[in-house]
Order: sequence, then C-alpha cells, then structure tokens
Amino acid sequence: MSIQILMPALSPTMTQGKLTKWHVAVGDAVKSGQVMAEIETDKATMEVEAVDEGIIAKLLVTAGTPDVPVNTPIALLAEEGEDVAIVAAEAPTAVCTPQADASLTPYCIPAAPAAPVTSAPALPSYDGPTSTVTVREALRDAMAEEMRRDKDVFLMGEEVAQYQGAYKVSQGLLDEFGPKRIMDTPITEHGFAGIGVGAAFLGLKPIVEFMTFNFSMQAIDQIINSAAKTLYMSGGQMGCPIVFRGPNGAASRVGAQHSQCFASWYAHCPGLKVVSPYDAASAKGLLKAAIRDPNPVIFLEHELMYGRSFEVPTDPDFVIPIGKARIVREGTDVTITAFSIMVGKALEAAEILASEGIQAEVIDLMTIRPLDTQTIVESVMKTNRIVSVEEGWPFAGVGSEISAVVMEQAFDYLDAPVHRVASVDVPLPYAANLEQLALPQVEHIVNAVKAVTYR
Amino acid sequence: MANTHNSKISLDTLYTFYRQMLLIRRFEEKAGQLYGMGLIAGFCHLYIGQEAVVVGMQAASKPEVDTVITSYRDHGHMLACGMEANGVMAELTGRIDGYSKGKGGSMHMFSREKNFFGGHGIVGAQISIGAGMGLAHQYKGDGGVCMAYMGDGASNQGQVYEAFNIAALWKLPVVFIIENNMYGMGTSVARACAGPGLSHRGDGYGIPGFEVDGMDVLAVKEAGEKALEHARSGKGPVLLEIKTYRYRGHSMSDPAKYRDKEEVDQMRDNADPIERVRRHILAQKGTEAKLKEIEADIKSIVNTSAEFAQTSPLPDPSELYTDVLI
Repeated sequence: MSIQILMPALSPTMTQGKLTKWHVAVGDAVKSGQVMAEIETDKATMEVEAVDEGIIAKLLVTAGTPDVPVNTPIALLAEEGEDVAIVAAEAPTAVCTPQADASLTPYCIPAAPAAPVTSAPALPSYDGPTSTVTVREALRDAMAEEMRRDKDVFLMGEEVAQYQGAYKVSQGLLDEFGPKRIMDTPITEHGFAGIGVGAAFLGLKPIVEFMTFNFSMQAIDQIINSAAKTLYMSGGQMGCPIVFRGPNGAASRVGAQHSQCFASWYAHCPGLKVVSPYDAASAKGLLKAAIRDPNPVIFLEHELMYGRSFEVPTDPDFVIPIGKARIVREGTDVTITAFSIMVGKALEAAEILASEGIQAEVIDLMTIRPLDTQTIVESVMKTNRIVSVEEGWPFAGVGSEISAVVMEQAFDYLDAPVHRVASVDVPLPYAANLEQLALPQVEHIVNAVKAVTYR
Repeated sequence: MANTHNSKISLDTLYTFYRQMLLIRRFEEKAGQLYGMGLIAGFCHLYIGQEAVVVGMQAASKPEVDTVITSYRDHGHMLACGMEANGVMAELTGRIDGYSKGKGGSMHMFSREKNFFGGHGIVGAQISIGAGMGLAHQYKGDGGVCMAYMGDGASNQGQVYEAFNIAALWKLPVVFIIENNMYGMGTSVARACAGPGLSHRGDGYGIPGFEVDGMDVLAVKEAGEKALEHARSGKGPVLLEIKTYRYRGHSMSDPAKYRDKEEVDQMRDNADPIERVRRHILAQKGTEAKLKEIEADIKSIVNTSAEFAQTSPLPDPSELYTDVLI
C-alpha cells in the first residue's frame, strides 16, 4: 500500500501554500525526519519532513506551484517491497480532508447545555453554647482546629510563624504545631503561592496567607492558571485543595497600592471559590469549610474587622457551608446585599432607614462565588427593590453581577432600577477627607435606598 | 560532572534507551504529521532532538516515588514516565480518550498514576509548583524527589529564583533541570541570558549546578543519578543545565528563521542522541536485527496511537461543565 504525502498545515491558520522546492527526487529513499520539501506561506518558509519511510515513487506537485491547498497529495511513497513504477501509476486516492468531516469541524458547536444548577446548601442552625471572641481569634481557632483534625493541613506565609502573624492572626500556632506546619516564607508571593499549589497537587492542604491580598497580584498567575484551572485541564484528575487567605480591601490611610478589594477579580474565575465573611462566627465557620474544601478557595478577610468581637459557637464542628448567603436583618421594603465590612455599614443604614419608616432586608452574601442567587432573588421578589454594597470598584464589580442576576431572574418583580453602592472609580487616595469620600459610607447606602424607594 | 560512563552500561539498558528515545522521536514526527493534516490544532511543541534528556533522567530516577513536572514541551516527558502513547495522542487530537478527556490539549496532560504532574503553559510556573512538590515529598517523608524541568527561556523568569531561594532555604528534594536547547522561542541564549552560564544560575542560593551533555543519554543518566542522590539525601536542590537541541521550530508555526540550516543539520548529523545510542549498541555487538525489531515495534505503537486518536470520539457536550470544581 503506497503512502500519500500531503501538503501540511504548519500553523493553526494556514490553508494553502507554495511548494517552493523539492529536496528529494523519484527513486530516492527517505527516512523519518528527513527534509523532503520546502513550502512557503505569506508568513514563513518551512520544511516538510518525512514521517514514513520508503522510496519516492512520484512527485504530484511540481516545485514552484503556488496556492497548494492543505491536505492535497504532493507525493507518493512506495513502502519497502513495493514496485515504484506500479505505485507511480496509481491515481491519488480520495484526498484526506479532515476539516470537511462533520464530526471534526469546529463550526457546529452543539448548543451549550445549561450549566447544572445546584441549590445552595442550607445554613446550619445552632443553639449551643457560644463565647465572645474577635474575628482575629476566630480565624486562628479555625486553623488550629482544622490542623488538629488533619495532619496534611499547614500554614505558610510571610511572618506567620515567629512573628505570630503580621496582623497576629496566627498567634500561638507556631508553639502548638511547630515550624514544619507553620512556615515563615521569604517575601516572594509568586514563588510561595506556586509552592503551595505544588504541595496541594501532591495531596497536602496548604493555607497560604497573603499579608494582604494586595500582594496576591504578584501571585495571581499561580492562583488562576495553576490552582483554578488544573482540575479542568486534567479532565478531573488533579484537584488543588488550597486556601489563599488574608486581609482584603481598604484598611485605613494606607494608600492606593494597599487598599483594594479583590472579590470581583477572583469571583470572575471558574475553578475558584471566593468567600468573604463579616463577623467572627462566619469567619470561623467558613474558614473551616474552606480548609476542608477540595477546591482552591480565596478567603477574603478585613483588617478593620480583626479586632471586633462577636459571639461564636464553641462547637468545633460548627462549619458554615460555602455557597450560602444569610439574611442578617429581615425587611419588606428593600433588599441590601453586602459582604465583609460592608455588612456592618448596611446594618447601620438599615437602622437609620427603619427610623424613617423603611424596612430594609440585609443579606450577608458570605460567599461571592458560587453566589447564592436564590436567596437574593427570593428577597427581591418580596421587596421589589435592591441595593448592592461593596468596597470594590463599580466597574464589573460584584454589584454588576448581582444587577444582571436580578434583571435576568426577577425582572418582573423590580419596581426600581438596581442601585450599586461601591468605591469611587479612582485609586484610593491617602488624604483623610478624600479617602472618606472614596469609600462607601452609611449615608451612601441610605441615599441609594431612598433612590430606589423613591423617597 | 565527569564523563566516566563509557563502558559499564549493559546492552539491555542501551536497547531500552534506544527504544524509549525512538518512541518519543517517532511519536513526535507523527504528531507533526497529524498537525499538518489539521487533526491536531493550537500550540504543539515537539521534543525532537531532546529525547536523551528525559530518558536519561527517568533512568536515573525512582519512578515509583519521584515526581516529574515540566513546561509545555511535554510529550516526551509523558512517554518517558510511562504514559500510554494512545492517551497522549488522543489528547492531542482533543478526544475523550485523551489523558485530560480532550480538555487539556498538548500543553496540559497529567497522570497521578505515573507521577507526572503536567504539562504547564506559563513559562516558569512549573518551577515554583515543582518546588512545592518537593515540599510535599519532604513533609510526607516519602523519599521522593521532584524533577522540575524548564527551558533556557524560563531560566530568566523571576519566580524561578523565588523557588530556588525557598528550595535551597528549606533543603527541598528537587532537581531543577534546565533543558538548554539554545533558543527561547526565537531568541538565542546569547541574546537572552546574562552571566557565565545557566548552570551557575543557582550559585547565589548555594545550589550546586552542573553542565551536562544532553545529546548523550548516558551522561544525562550519570549526572541525574548524582543529582537525585544529593537531593534525596536531604542536602537540598541541585541544578542541572542539560545542553540539548531541538531540531524543529519552537512550535508548529515557527519558521525557525533565527538559526542557520547548517546549524540544525550539523546537530542532526553529528550529535543525534539516538544515533549515538545506536553506535554504542553496535559497538557492544548488538545486532541490526534487534534494532529493526525495536523500530518495527515502535512504528506499530505510534501508528496505533494515531489511529486511536482519530477514532476516539469527541468529548460529549456534557463534559463542558464537568471538572470545574470537585
């Protein structure tokens, strides 16, 4: 059986080319890898190498022929033992045109099946004992409990061990768990984020602390390209059970490079879960869920919340499922969504509004991705109005997503356009007055609610 | 490392090397052909010319405990790790029986079973990850070493040095392997890399570095054995600069105008790693008949994989939404 040598495509976009030169002639023996011809496109000149071995029986396209379509037979090769003359007399058989094969063509993409919809998990009810702890301690306790529970969990980051944490979140952990499991890293976020990913690929469960999430931008390639995408790219073989955590958003007077909310950045990316708790109980319950989760989780804390105290369940099995929002104040007139520090501001706004006769329902999103759209939509069906609050910038922010969801799923229930409260669309300024003006304040939320309630 | 390997290698081992290297060579040639026919698309980086590097390193390693991670020029590493030609080729054609169910492609394949952890498309990213795999070996105390491969181009990336620093600081069991094929895409090492040579790139961190002839599988094996022993014994990482050469362009769409044809021909004709093993075999009274038998066997494996890769079905549309999260 003779072998047809076809005009190759040498780039993803090449459809035809000029056969400029033959390096072999009829009767020549060719070996795998031998250069047989040169072809030229508008982009480049390239060599055609032999894959199969044999003797050139016939050259079907003469040197210098322009516009030879890809996959046109250009030569016939006689295999060992075949008669070259007989092969040369054969007419080229049907040209192989895989692009024309319907099973291969990329042009008939099947209608995308709907993304599977999974309903959000229920929030646990808890009526056991509680104790008053700070958000900082709650986070530390969550890590300590999970490290006692699972020897594969460890913490790494800048100043997490001997210094006891730049914000003292890891206080005491080195004493209990030792340097093998509480690891100080050099100030090299890109490198140690990648090291965390590699350790997770081999089955460990790293908690990677960024001193603040601002520095995660150094590492964002590892977070998205390596941690988030590998499960998919490996067809489900390679999970990455890792938590990236640290303070997110604006602290106080630290300027533009250290004051940024990454919720919408990370929530944009499939393969990640993004969590951003408000109080100590949710911080603890969600961090424990994040550490137990087999997927990469971005855990966004807030420096200004670390010192605030709340009641926290003492039960070490108190875990809050990722993917569920909670209604922290019920109301009938307007829905306010918020997360992290903004939940507190939304609650303050709700108090003021109540004194003016407007009953606001406040939703603490807790998880940004996967977003609990059901809780949001059901609330809007009741209140018919919604204001989203976030510390990040408005463009393509979490509020933009919520706005789209409500428009898509509850359009007929809306009595007013969705209103977004966000940071002003500028890098955060340093001056006290300008910083105050740039960040969302309680009065902004009050004003937004009045706008959507036409008051 | 001194070149002292000349005689002590058995004929059987040489036949094995010949077989493994020829499998990579013929597989890559076939992949190039299927690319030319439009059956493989996108980026496709061939390993032709560099076969001795990964075959030598695998021969030096303990494949049951050691782990491998590399860049996007990864087909050779997968075959050398023992992954099936069928599954690799079917991934190249984007079919359901590919190692990643057709969702990864040439640059993104993995096999936990064979301790191969990709297949990474971002230049240098695999080195930080590889250091983390070393950390996992150390943490678990499993006796394994991670072999983290990169090209000469990646040796200029910042995160590579972040990883070197931490690996040396924590004495991680990692062998960093720079496959210096002389060109980072179209830019020669001379035009991209400052300093006295890539084997010195770990000097600032106290990482021992060695230059190795990557066209000689025996030299690679010997250097690999020493490096792996060093890393395995708890002394920390080693850097090998393995000098090699790729005969083909950077990727399929590379016209390779940045180097003379004579340079390629010179390497192909005088330094070919497979020819070199062939000569060793014949010098040790191995037979042409046995070599022919191996060649026929490889041809059959590769042709079977090409057939398999064209007949395996496309992934079902429902696969679009699977494997995003566990």
